[in-house]
Amino acid sequence: MSKLKFGVVVFPGSNCDHDAHYVAGTLLGHDARFIWHKEGSLGDVDVVILPGGFSYGDYLRCGAIARFSPVMKDVVRFANNGGIVMGICNGFQILTEASLLPGVLLRNASLKFVCKYVHLRVENAETRFSSKCQQGEVLEIPIAHGDGNYFVDAGTLQKLEENRQIVLRYCGPGGQVTDAANPNGAISNIAGIVNEAGNVLGMMPHPERASDPVLGHTDGRKIFDSLVESLVQQTVLT
Amino acid sequence: MYQSKIFVTLRKSILDPQGKAVEHGVHSLGFEKVKDVRIGKFVEMNVQTDNKAEAERITKEVCEKLLANPIMEDFHFTVENHKS
Repeated sequence: MSKLKFGVVVFPGSNCDHDAHYVAGTLLGHDARFIWHKEGSLGDVDVVILPGGFSYGDYLRCGAIARFSPVMKDVVRFANNGGIVMGICNGFQILTEASLLPGVLLRNASLKFVCKYVHLRVENAETRFSSKCQQGEVLEIPIAHGDGNYFVDAGTLQKLEENRQIVLRYCGPGGQVTDAANPNGAISNIAGIVNEAGNVLGMMPHPERASDPVLGHTDGRKIFDSLVESLVQQTVLT
Repeated sequence: MYQSKIFVTLRKSILDPQGKAVEHGVHSLGFEKVKDVRIGKFVEMNVQTDNKAEAERITKEVCEKLLANPIMEDFHFTVENHKS
C-alpha cells in the first residue's frame, strides 16, 4: 500500500498537533507533516487534520480567529473539492466557524472544563470516518474541552438526522443515549458529525489520544483506520 | 474618526449557563429582585473615516463577519464622533 500524505495544521495555540502527527506518521506509518497556519497552500496532501488546542487562546469565540488564518482558504478549497478534512476538538470548532460544518460549540452547560473518557455510540458506520466500526458500537475515547456543547437550530438538526450526518453520540457504557451520559449539554447528545458530502468530520472527543495501546485505549484508531481504508479504496477505484 | 461601541449578546433561544451562575451569585448577595442575568461581550473600536454612514457600514460588516456568530449571537452598536 502506498503511503498517504497527512497534513496537520498548526495554529498558534494548537496543542494536540504532535499527537495527531504521531498517530498518522509513527503509528499508522504514513507520511505526516505539519502545516503552519500562515502558509497560503496545503501543498500535496490526502488528509488534513485540524488538531485540538486553544487556537488564538480561544479569544472572542473558540475557532473564530483561526478560521481567518491564511491556510484556511486552502482548507476550504480542499474540502469543497472533496478532500478529507478531520477537525478534532478545537479543530471541530474551527470547522463550524468556517461554515464547513453546521452549528456551533457553546460553553459546556456545567461551565466546567471536562477531561475524561466518555462512551460514544456509532450512529452511522457507513461514513468514511467510521466504516471500521459496527453500527451501534460503543467506543471509549477521551474528551477534554470547556466548549463542546454542540448546538444547531431545530431545522438543521432534522437535516442532520435525515442525511445521517450524526456519526457519534455520547452514551452510557451500554450504548444508552441519556442526559446523564451527556458531558456538556450537546443537543441530541451529538459528539461528532460529517458534512453533507461526507468528506469533512468534526468531533469533540480525541481519537488521537486513544490510538496507541501504550495509552490504554485504542478505539480512536478505528476512526483513523476508517479514513485510511476509504482513501485506499478510492485510489484502487480510480 | 468615529468610535463604535458594540454589544454582542447570546440569542434569547440560547441557554446562558454563565448568566445563570452569576444570577445565583447575585441572589446569594441578597438581591432577590434581580432576574434574567445574561452575559455578553462589549467591543470598542475606532474607525478612521469622516463619514458616519461608512463607519456604520464597516462596523456592521465586522460584526457579521467576525465579532458575532449569527447561530448563537445577536449584536447591536452605536457609532459616535470621536476626537483622536
